[in-house]
Order: sequence, then C-alpha cells, then structure tokens
Amino acid sequence: MAEGKHKKVAYYPGCALEGTGHAYNRSTKAVGKKLGLDLVELENWNCCGAMEVKNVDPKIQTYLSARNLSIAEDMGFDTVMAPCNGCYHNLKKAEYDLEHDGKSVEVNARLSSKAGHTTYEAGKVETIHALDWIKDSVGEEGITERVKNSLKGLKVANYYGCMYTRPRHIFPEKDKGPGSESTSKPHFMDDLLAAAGAENVEYPLKTACCGGAHSLSDSDTSTKLVLNLLETAEACGADVIATECPTCHTGLEMHQVRAEKVLGRKTNVKVLYFTQLLGMAMGLSPNEVGVNENFSDSRDLIKEKGLA
Amino acid sequence: MPIHEKSLIRPENLVEHEELVIDGVDVSGHWSTFIEGRSVPDYNEDLQEEIAALGGGENIHRCWQCGSCTNACTVNAINPDFNPRFWIYLIRMGLEEELVRDREIIWQCVSCNKCTYACPRDVNPEGVMKATAHWLELKGYTETKPSMVFDEEFSHQVFETGKIEEAKVLQKFFKRTNQPLTQPWLIQLVSGLVKRFPVFYLMKLGFATVFHPRTRNWDRSRDAIKEYVDERNAEIHKALKLDAKGAD
Ligand code: SF4
Ligand code: SF4
Ligand code: SF4
Ligand code: SF4
Repeated sequence: MAEGKHKKVAYYPGCALEGTGHAYNRSTKAVGKKLGLDLVELENWNCCGAMEVKNVDPKIQTYLSARNLSIAEDMGFDTVMAPCNGCYHNLKKAEYDLEHDGKSVEVNARLSSKAGHTTYEAGKVETIHALDWIKDSVGEEGITERVKNSLKGLKVANYYGCMYTRPRHIFPEKDKGPGSESTSKPHFMDDLLAAAGAENVEYPLKTACCGGAHSLSDSDTSTKLVLNLLETAEACGADVIATECPTCHTGLEMHQVRAEKVLGRKTNVKVLYFTQLLGMAMGLSPNEVGVNENFSDSRDLIKEKGLA
Repeated sequence: MPIHEKSLIRPENLVEHEELVIDGVDVSGHWSTFIEGRSVPDYNEDLQEEIAALGGGENIHRCWQCGSCTNACTVNAINPDFNPRFWIYLIRMGLEEELVRDREIIWQCVSCNKCTYACPRDVNPEGVMKATAHWLELKGYTETKPSMVFDEEFSHQVFETGKIEEAKVLQKFFKRTNQPLTQPWLIQLVSGLVKRFPVFYLMKLGFATVFHPRTRNWDRSRDAIKEYVDERNAEIHKALKLDAKGAD
C-alpha cells in the first residue's frame, strides 16, 4: 500500500458519533493518532439526513450531503472520511446523483445559492469510509508492525451491514478485482483485524440487514433480524461481532437486550467497533477506545483475552 | 407483459362445493374448486404516474417483473405477504383496490437496498416502497405510520437546526406514538450503562440539554429547504389530485 496516502483528510463524524456512537468517535480518533494520521473535522457541518430525510424528499437529502462536501472543498480537501455507514452512503449517493441526475444538480444548485454557500459539483471531493482510510494509508503491514497486544485467540464475526455496499452503483471503486473491496463479500475489516491477530470466523451475514431504519418504529421486526445476526454469529463460534457503523452497532446492542427481555432469547456474543479492537491491539487501554461507553459490556472478554 | 400474479387468487375468491354431482359423477370437495369470475371496473389508470410523482418512485415504469427484488428482500423472508414485485405489478396495472389491501405492511420496508442491488432495470424498488407508503397516507388509506412519524420528527429537526439531537428525536417520537419510555428493555439498557459509567452518561444527557447541537448560520439553508418542500408538496398534491377531491 502506498504509505502516505490519506495522511491528512477531512473528517465528517456525523450526528450519531456525537451521541450514542461516541465510542466510535473516540476510538477512531485514538487509532488515527496512533497511526500518525491527521483528521481535520469539517467546519460547521450539518446532518446528512441519515435514513430519514430521503423519505420526506430524496433531493433534500442530496443537498444536505452536498453542503458537507462543499465545506471539504472550501477547506482545500479532496478527500473526506466518514466512519458512519449512513453518512458514508449518503455522501457517496450525493456524488452519484450529482454526476448522473440533472434534476439533482438543479435542486442542489438552487438550494446552495439561496443558502449562500459554494455549490458542490461532482468529482471535486472523494468520500471514503474509515475502513478505506486505514487500509489505504498504513494497510495490513502498518497494523501488524504496531501490534502490542495481539488479538490472537479472539474469534470475530465481521459485520458490515447494508449501507457500506448497497446499492452497488454508488460505489464505483468497489468490485474492481484484487485489492478492491467487494460488495457481495466485503473483507476490508476482516483484513485489518486479521493483521492485528484476530481469528475471523466465516460469517455468512456480513451484509445482512439489522432493520436499523425501523429500530424503534417497528421494533419487533428489528429484534427478529438482530437476533438472527447474533445467534448466527454464536453458531459460527464468534466471541465478538466487529462493527463499522454506529447505527448497526447500537441496533445490535439494543435489540440484544430487547430479544432477551421480550422474547426470552439470550445471547452472549459481544459487540465492539473495529476501531476499538484495533486500538486495544495497538496498546490503547479499553477506556481510551471508549469500551465503557458501549451498551454491550465486553469487559470480561477483554480481560480474559489479555487486551486490557 | 407482467406475469399473471398467483397471489391475486385470494382464499375468498375460491369456491368449493361440498356436494356436487355433475353427469352422475361426484365432484365434491377439491374436485370442484374454481376461481370466482371477476371483473375490475375501477382501474386507476393514473396510479403509476401518481407513484412516479413521489420521491423514489420515478423509475417504476422500467420494471419487467423479474422478481429479483422480492427474492432478495429482507422483510419478505420474515413475511411472505411483503412482496415488492407484486405491488409494482398492481401499481402498473392500476389495481388500486388490490394494492390498498396491503396498506398495513407496505411501510415495513427497512430500506436495506437488497432489492435495488438486485434489480436489473434500475427501478429502485426501495424508493418505490417508500413512495407507495407515502401515497397510502396522502390518499387517506392509512394513518401516519410510526416510521413516518420518526422520519418527520427527524427531518423537522434537521431542517430547523442542521443537526439532530438523538434524545430529542426519541422523546418526540415516543410521545407522538404513545409509547412509554419505561419499557423494561429500555430501562435495562440504560441502567446497565449508568452503572458502569455514570459520569459519562449524565454528562451526555447534560450536554444534550444545555448545548443543543446545531449548525451555525443555518437560517438561509432552512429557508431554502422550506421553500422547496412547499413547492414539492404543491406539485404532489396536484399529481395525486388531492385538492380536486369532491370537486367534480
Ligand atoms: S447518518 Fe447518522 S450520523 Fe451520519 S450525519 Fe446523518 S444522522 Fe448523523
Ligand atoms: S445493518 Fe442496520 S443499521 Fe446498518 S446499515 Fe443496515 S439497516 Fe442500517
Ligand atoms: S429495501 Fe425494502 S423492499 Fe427492498 S429488499 Fe429491503 S426491505 Fe425489501
Ligand atoms: S427487481 Fe426490478 S425489474 Fe425485477 S421485479 Fe423487482 S423492480 Fe421489477
């Protein structure tokens, strides 16, 4: 991997990382620091609309994302890194729509000029996920070099959720053969955790859906979907599910509790952000990567595996 | 042309005679099962256009009924009655009455995009599901579903301030849908966290109530969005002939 790529990128944390996903924010920053990578937060960013605004109007969602991209451009960046799948997906989707759909271009131009900021045009800024960020900057070798507490013996199910790979057309750089990410069988997180010593289990539900869009408005459906994810992870022998999105992560944690309380189905598999696992492997303490901010209590497992 | 839909044969359209003898042959029971003849006098010929007028529904005309969407669908795996291909068929045929029968489940689409991933015709079935759910509400066939309440609360906050505050969205959502915040699983979830790290949790709550996150200088964006939303609503009302109701 080209050492030096993404050394300094614009950082778009998104709303969730300021709230329930704070542990992801903390661990992403801590890992970046360890790896010598600079994150410069977008100034005065706004919410990208998550999975909600598009249901009121998809073009407004495009505008919300485009405003953030225009800020990156104004700040002189050509790359923005978003750790949340929702944000990542929406910025990618805006990029796609602004390249292919005249109506989106028109609405974005109109709203941007009324709002008095730069109108974002497709092709100026590339959006990457936290996984691309680490994979393309230091890569597996960079991780292996820095491992202090190997994740050896830790069995991990890597869970990517929906928005990181679907729909395919908004991710033109994926499915491009060796070295690129796959939309049907993503592996970037697997690769990085393996480089830190983890034993990845063959998990067939990597890109299955947790029902996050209706986590609260149709909780019974979400609980069923999450329970399936958890039980399958256990059946595959996983100690922990590694996540790379605050919505997926919180969904798993919440409905794990709900499945136990409402359906009487208890599961013991833990849920940790991949950045928390990488951070601890590189010698950061559980507190430094926000383990105590997770709903899922994995302290015993961390002790048992000698990561604390 | 679309494949004829098997599920159109609903149990109530099947007629079976318990005792029937024709030309001296006893054809009682299953032997005599037949489908009630029917004609549909009330096509809504504009149904496809109405759905296409709503955000997400634009490409519905491209569907060639391959069934890949239903085959890939997350919700279909839980509930076989959740069938995007079938609904797209009904919409394209203008079979409004048939479509409306499923009004209580269409909104359950979880936006996983498996359908859009699988669709060979770039229909964006996920968008069509959202447009259809929206259409059912606008036409008055269903009350506002909890997911739409959530979308509205969320969007309202983004439009007003540029950001969302999770606690506030949840609070409003629970209130509007009459759900108590004291559900046992919610309590266990939060108390587990408080036990481990009370200071952080209180801080989080405190921050949220003292410093409401918002984007600075958002007013002009807010006004631009509002103006656009109003314009779109007028267009939609026209396309769905909502204002013309009772006029003719
Ligand atoms: S997707 Fe989530 S985290 Fe990202 S900005 Fe939007 S609400 Fe906020
Ligand atoms: S897995 Fe769940 S939270 Fe994650 S992207 Fe899919 S629906 Fe959203
Ligand atoms: S987005 Fe909705 S319709 Fe499409 S596969 Fe997922 S649940 Fe089914
Ligand atoms: S996958 Fe696409 S073309 Fe096939 S039935 Fe579904 S919407 Fe129609």
